[in-house]
Amino acid sequence: MTCCTMDADGVLAMSATSFSSEEVTLASHPLGSGLFQLDLSVPDAHCGACIATIERALAKLPFVRKARVNLTTRRVSCVYAKEVEGRPTDPAEIINAVNSVGYRAHLFAPVAAENDKTRNQLLLAVGVAGFAAANIMLLSVSVWSGADAATRDMFHWISAMIAAPALVYAGRFFFQSAWNALRHGRTNMDVPISLAVTLSYAVSLWETMHHGEHAWFDATVSLLFFLLIGRTLDHIMREKARAAINGLARISPRGALVVSPDGSRRYVAIEDISVGDEVAVAAGDRIPVDGLVSKGESDLDLSIVTGESNPVAVSEGAAVSSGAMNLTGSLVVRATKLARDSLLAEIINLMEAAEGGRARYRRIADRAAALYSPVVHLLALVSFLAWGFLGGDWKQAMLVAVAVLIITCPCALGLAVPVVQVVAAGELFRKGIMVKDGSALERLAEIDTVAFDKTGTLTLGTPRLVKTVADGEADVALAAGMALHSRHPLSQALARGTPIAPMPFDRVSEIPGGGLEARHGDGHYRLGSAAFACAQTSNSASPDSPLSEVVLTSDGVVKARFFFEDVVRPGAEETIARLDAGRFETFIFSGDRQSVVDATAAKLGVRRAVGALSPKQKVDECETLNESGRRVFMVGDGINDAPALAAAHVSMAPASASDIGRQAADLVFFTERLDAVAEAIQIARQSAALIRQNFALAIGYNVLAVPIALAGLATPLIAAVAMSTSSIIVVTNALRLTAFGTRPLSRLSREPAALAKEIKTA
Amino acid sequence: MNMLIYLIPIALFMGGIGLAAFLWSLKSGQYDDLQGAAWRVLADDEADSWKP
Repeated sequence: MTCCTMDADGVLAMSATSFSSEEVTLASHPLGSGLFQLDLSVPDAHCGACIATIERALAKLPFVRKARVNLTTRRVSCVYAKEVEGRPTDPAEIINAVNSVGYRAHLFAPVAAENDKTRNQLLLAVGVAGFAAANIMLLSVSVWSGADAATRDMFHWISAMIAAPALVYAGRFFFQSAWNALRHGRTNMDVPISLAVTLSYAVSLWETMHHGEHAWFDATVSLLFFLLIGRTLDHIMREKARAAINGLARISPRGALVVSPDGSRRYVAIEDISVGDEVAVAAGDRIPVDGLVSKGESDLDLSIVTGESNPVAVSEGAAVSSGAMNLTGSLVVRATKLARDSLLAEIINLMEAAEGGRARYRRIADRAAALYSPVVHLLALVSFLAWGFLGGDWKQAMLVAVAVLIITCPCALGLAVPVVQVVAAGELFRKGIMVKDGSALERLAEIDTVAFDKTGTLTLGTPRLVKTVADGEADVALAAGMALHSRHPLSQALARGTPIAPMPFDRVSEIPGGGLEARHGDGHYRLGSAAFACAQTSNSASPDSPLSEVVLTSDGVVKARFFFEDVVRPGAEETIARLDAGRFETFIFSGDRQSVVDATAAKLGVRRAVGALSPKQKVDECETLNESGRRVFMVGDGINDAPALAAAHVSMAPASASDIGRQAADLVFFTERLDAVAEAIQIARQSAALIRQNFALAIGYNVLAVPIALAGLATPLIAAVAMSTSSIIVVTNALRLTAFGTRPLSRLSREPAALAKEIKTA
Repeated sequence: MNMLIYLIPIALFMGGIGLAAFLWSLKSGQYDDLQGAAWRVLADDEADSWKP
């Protein structure tokens, strides 16, 4: 129907996890009088037609009272009745309805309420400051154009009365932050801001009381107005990224079917599973808690847990870890640990221990403020004393000192960083890359080393058929026909990868942990690992080969061999080449077998590749690099990567990453292609260059304006004009970032200075 | 100069109306979905999604 609706069958096939009615009920919250609200994330919705399609589909359900799509956060909030005409309703139908019109829908934990409140408070403060600034400016213009004596005093008094509540209400964000910094013996950008604002208000009030000529109320309030705009933009940018990341499908399950001793099954939230519980895990589900297999055989996909790219066969008594995907058979797992003590808990401990680079990092604005505020305050103090002692007029000295404070107040500096970062984050957002906060961009601009995880990051984690050794086409058709009956990734790759029409089979039985078995004519066929297919004639390839192998046998005789390898993520080769050209060091840190890692490294041209690493060892590798003075950019997705993502200077994860990996990373990219890595680095460097330029502009402005203030020539009018002009210049310069988008993307110079020069000459 | 006695309150009052309108629009959730609102203008008929 539209450009963007997807083929419904395709979507259903993609969303391997379906939600049970209990799980959906668990995720919705009661509104009272039998109504419940369910919030869903619909990552594919992106235009007006999507809104209409989804809302219409939901409105058709008899028990849905209200459905509204929020396109900004890509969410649907749906109010439904628990019971219709005495019969309980099935809320899982809501998700099915969204799926049936071609959109994926996920449950998500609503955590946004608190953040929305901050956003609204900031917007309110902007509104109040804007109102006050406009009205005071109106009165100030009258004063500047010649109002005097009683009229001027009255205007000043009205200004003072408008400014006071605005200052308290809108200025509290700065005062609080400045107070916090001072209490901990630090300074930040908000200290000079707060000081300038309060001092200038106090002096203006004093002037007004003594029928003075100059009052600075307009400067005070418009300063707050400009700075609040910067702060609000910064907050909204972070919110947008957080909403997008929270909207992603949860990978770890919310609950599981617990089998009671009497054989009945009930759905239990994951936190309520206790040690010793037997949990049923169907094929296609993820293991909810660490445990031992007590019944059944299957293959597990561990790619997100350990980075191991080949499925691992498990049978009774085998230990399984939470997060692994059950592929072929159903299992009953006896929980040996509580969910909060599972593998995930260990990983979180490692992450907390590793958190270093990020916590130690000081934002560039705060570093600038640490240099800037002592200079400015000293300058104001010196000018006060100099005018007082030399001129003898202490009132005039006070006015000069305040003029110095206002003129140098870091309005432009306060805007210089956030505006650039907001523009950069918007640019990245358009390219499908979410940045969690501005400091990530600053850190990203400093990196000189890029470390990749292999499975799921450099590769997609899905195998591809690369080589077929067979006597004739008939055998291949046989194998493809058998493979169609299994959801094992290798079988699916085989069925997809053969150009020959598969031979239809009526009965194929799957032996979990082994392979497929079928009869055709009088032949007895087996397809699977070499050990399974040719049970006795085990002349399989060495287990350390980088390729995975599947064998077809007929009555124990090998008929065909198929070789698979993990598909490299599109754009990976170009990305590595671009990073090399930009003289970045590249590494692979993987949990997979060394031979597989080496094969990928050789193909992509990565010189150093380390395999078979535990999560702890990955952190150690990162820290060794850190200690040798390198700034590491870690790109990874798995649960095992999360500690390394936290330990690195800055980190990035694909949207398909594990929940914890996405939480740990500073950036998340939603595109399939790995180009996002190079693009993020490039935009971060451009924005760093722009921030430096903005600092240079702001300092240049101060060098020009401060002598005027020191000479006692700065009137409120001059201050207002100077302040606004410098702010406008800085914002305009920041907006130039979008202009870079049209330039060739290959410019990834290692020296930021060279890049800055390029930008200047362009 | 007596005009000011009327003019200043009028100016402040009009500014205040603007501020109040902004506060109201913020409170009623009009800034929650700016992208969606842009598209909804183009929708043919906004079927009332409330049902009895």
